[in-house]
Amino acid sequence: MIAHDERRVIETPFHSRVQAACALNEWEEWKGYTTVTAFTDVALEYFAIRNSCGIFDLTPMIKYRITGPDAGAYLSRLVTRNISKQSSGQVMYCCWCNDAGQVLDDGTLFKFDDNTYRICSQERHMDWFGASAMGFNVQIEDETDQVAALAFQGPTSCAVLKQMGFQDIENLKPYRFTSFPFDGQELMISRTGFTGDLGYELWCDPEQAETLWDALMEAGRNYGIRPFGAAALGMARIEAGFIQAGVDFMPALDVVRSERCRSPYEIGLGWLVHLKKPNFNGRKALIAEKEKGSRYRFVKLIVEGNKPAEHAFVYNRRNQAIGTVTTAGWSPTTKSNLAFASLEMPWGLEDDELFVEIYYIRELKWTRVMERCHVVKDAFFDPERRHATPAWDF
Amino acid sequence: MTEYDAVVIGAGHNGLVCAAYLAKKGRRVLIAEAAEIVGGASITREFAAGYSVSACAHLLYQFHPGIARDLELEKHGLELASDDLATIALASDGHYRRFSGSVVTGNGLTQKDISGFAAFHEQMTRYAKLLAKVAGRRPPKLIESDWHDKLNLAKIGLDIRRLGRDDMRELLRIGAINLFDVLNEKFTDELLKGALSVDGVLGAHMGPRSPNTVLAYLYRHLGDGFGTSGPAIPRGGMGSVTMALAAAARAEGVEIRNRTPVTKILCSAGRTTGVKLGSGETVEAGLVVSNADPKTTFETLVGFPELEAGFSRRVHNIRARGTTAKLHLALDGMPEFTGIDAIDSGARLVVAPDLAYVERAFDPAKYGEFSPAPIMEITIPSVHDETLAPAGKHVLSAVVQFAPYELKAGWDASKKSFENTILATLSQYAPGIRDQIVASEVLTPWDIEQQFRIRGGHWHHCEFSLDQFMMMRPAFGATQYYTPIDGLYLCGAGAHPGGGVMGLAGRNAANEIVKREKTT
Repeated sequence: MIAHDERRVIETPFHSRVQAACALNEWEEWKGYTTVTAFTDVALEYFAIRNSCGIFDLTPMIKYRITGPDAGAYLSRLVTRNISKQSSGQVMYCCWCNDAGQVLDDGTLFKFDDNTYRICSQERHMDWFGASAMGFNVQIEDETDQVAALAFQGPTSCAVLKQMGFQDIENLKPYRFTSFPFDGQELMISRTGFTGDLGYELWCDPEQAETLWDALMEAGRNYGIRPFGAAALGMARIEAGFIQAGVDFMPALDVVRSERCRSPYEIGLGWLVHLKKPNFNGRKALIAEKEKGSRYRFVKLIVEGNKPAEHAFVYNRRNQAIGTVTTAGWSPTTKSNLAFASLEMPWGLEDDELFVEIYYIRELKWTRVMERCHVVKDAFFDPERRHATPAWDF
Repeated sequence: MTEYDAVVIGAGHNGLVCAAYLAKKGRRVLIAEAAEIVGGASITREFAAGYSVSACAHLLYQFHPGIARDLELEKHGLELASDDLATIALASDGHYRRFSGSVVTGNGLTQKDISGFAAFHEQMTRYAKLLAKVAGRRPPKLIESDWHDKLNLAKIGLDIRRLGRDDMRELLRIGAINLFDVLNEKFTDELLKGALSVDGVLGAHMGPRSPNTVLAYLYRHLGDGFGTSGPAIPRGGMGSVTMALAAAARAEGVEIRNRTPVTKILCSAGRTTGVKLGSGETVEAGLVVSNADPKTTFETLVGFPELEAGFSRRVHNIRARGTTAKLHLALDGMPEFTGIDAIDSGARLVVAPDLAYVERAFDPAKYGEFSPAPIMEITIPSVHDETLAPAGKHVLSAVVQFAPYELKAGWDASKKSFENTILATLSQYAPGIRDQIVASEVLTPWDIEQQFRIRGGHWHHCEFSLDQFMMMRPAFGATQYYTPIDGLYLCGAGAHPGGGVMGLAGRNAANEIVKREKTT
């Protein structure tokens, strides 16, 4: 635990290495930790993710360990997804709701065994997880600072891990994890990530963090390894179509105005809701929503032109404002201008004629353009190498 | 094949009322009662050979006359041994105060206090009448309200408006504040104020200085709103009320099974399917109506895992700390209270010499200790009802406060010293009483929890206060008798309007069930 008056922002176990690599000295605060926005050049870092491999310090991601004989039942009631078929060593992407069926957060659920799980999320949830635990024999522990984590993403990532001697790593399927002996301890590797590419996340004891970083950099030298910061990750996650709490939706416990939060259906996570599951938080409200219809639709947009549509209004053909862009940016790989937006129903069908209102300033002159945009159904970028098992060798 | 339309959990008065009304509407109803006899907290019990007493509730304050009429309780054996009981505030020097309707008498009372009390009583009765109307209807929801709620809300608004400017203003001023301030504004006589304050704290984890005590006072005087001017004593004790209700329910076709505890309310995909009994038997029913307190209902019988987390947390946070104990004495003669005529010994006797005494009696309860000088509400029902004790002998029943459920020292270790404390207090007002005691019994909140199956031993199931009143009783998500589990309803004191042997929670619940289950 961190005393509130101890330090304003704390350092991750990788800090010595991260700091040495951070040529631009661009930092940002992430859940109380100091983390890097950009190391050297955002474009180079981004292309490392897509063309070679990159490492990203993931330690500040919130991690809870859920243990006890009721852990499975507890989690089944907590999340909207049916997790009854989750096997040990499997990761499931989930979201969880309050009683009104509004999303509190999304995250990944790691199953170690029937009595042991880890749940990773953007936001802290001890209060809600604790309230949800009443009546269950479970223990919930925030292990954020007890686990050092690295995202290791990109086409050559598997080759580097093989190079490090992690045998058979190429046969690890997406959304699975396994463990290897490393530096006298255990290193957990999951085939997960936030980039939509072939990639892994590495989980170790904070004591080993620097050793792991050094070993990766050494093994990856001939594979184009490069540390990347939050800016490059942001570009990759838009292409992958991943939403982020606090950016693309407001966690329901954070909003002041109750209508500003969203149900899973309203942020494109309807596929995570299994109404046939007899009992989970928000079920009743979500059944009602399914019958009555949702208020909003979450869409992925390709915007014409090249100006980022950050936080732009979205209009329909009759010039009515019908929504807001939540995330936007240029995609170097697909060579297009992308955006996520939350639209009022019934707008956002694939053939809807929509426009975004973009303001941009050039040499102190504001310019406003109305750009046509197009709803896209699938992820903007979803390469085969992301799914292939055995993982491709580059 | 389903044998019953509805299973009611608990044959307390509200469960019986609800079952009877449901049966009147043609539902096949089973009441499953854990105890040997029906009645819940409204029973008569022999606690010593030949001596019987109302074991928990001991006065009929506010039983709803409409229910008595609808269910023909007189025909089914309910008879009042005495009604419109006067209240006597005991004084150790014999200078008591006697309250009857709007009249207060006693040596040394000022004319201002006497006329002031008449005005106060009449004003409170007007408010009680308003509250009585509210108590008889489903509490309106404010946010997801339907037309029925809007109408109810409009009616409440109109009723408040109809009080007239001065009364409305005063109600809004005092409605949420404490009795201590209000009584000090209006009266000078300490004994008078002390006795009146008891009506605001009886059964509650509150002292006269606690907010909500004016509301609790009004609630205690709901009976005045129904047209009575004091509590009543049923012949045969409080058990005869529930015996009559049981007879009425049976006459409507209700089946009552005693010694049949429900151990689980069965749920499947958010809908109840029946109950599981202690015997292991399952009773299928599309409707389950719980007269158990909300914490027992949701936490124990349904189980929090079957409910949603936000709702579970609200149920967990319901305030329900029992602070009330009962004393039962078997006496070999009529006890003599200093200054009180024998004829008045059958009145409701109150030990609360002044406001500060009552507040000080409450203080230790906050810290897990019982009052060294408790307040008491005493009845000697055998004065009116010879069936309770052998000829010439008497029984005394007293509500004693404050005795916190969570006693730091533990009740096992403290019960005897608590009894001595009560008897020492009692002896100040009836000096010879110790020598008359044939047998005695003390029920702590712990005992009340065990014997009457009320979590926390709070006989209103949940504290009666503004935050747990009307559309907030017992907690959001279960405020109009129906609950997050389809087919599961609440009909007990934890639901609107609340505790007291009144029956309205049961009747309102039955009305709601009939209305909702018709449309779905």
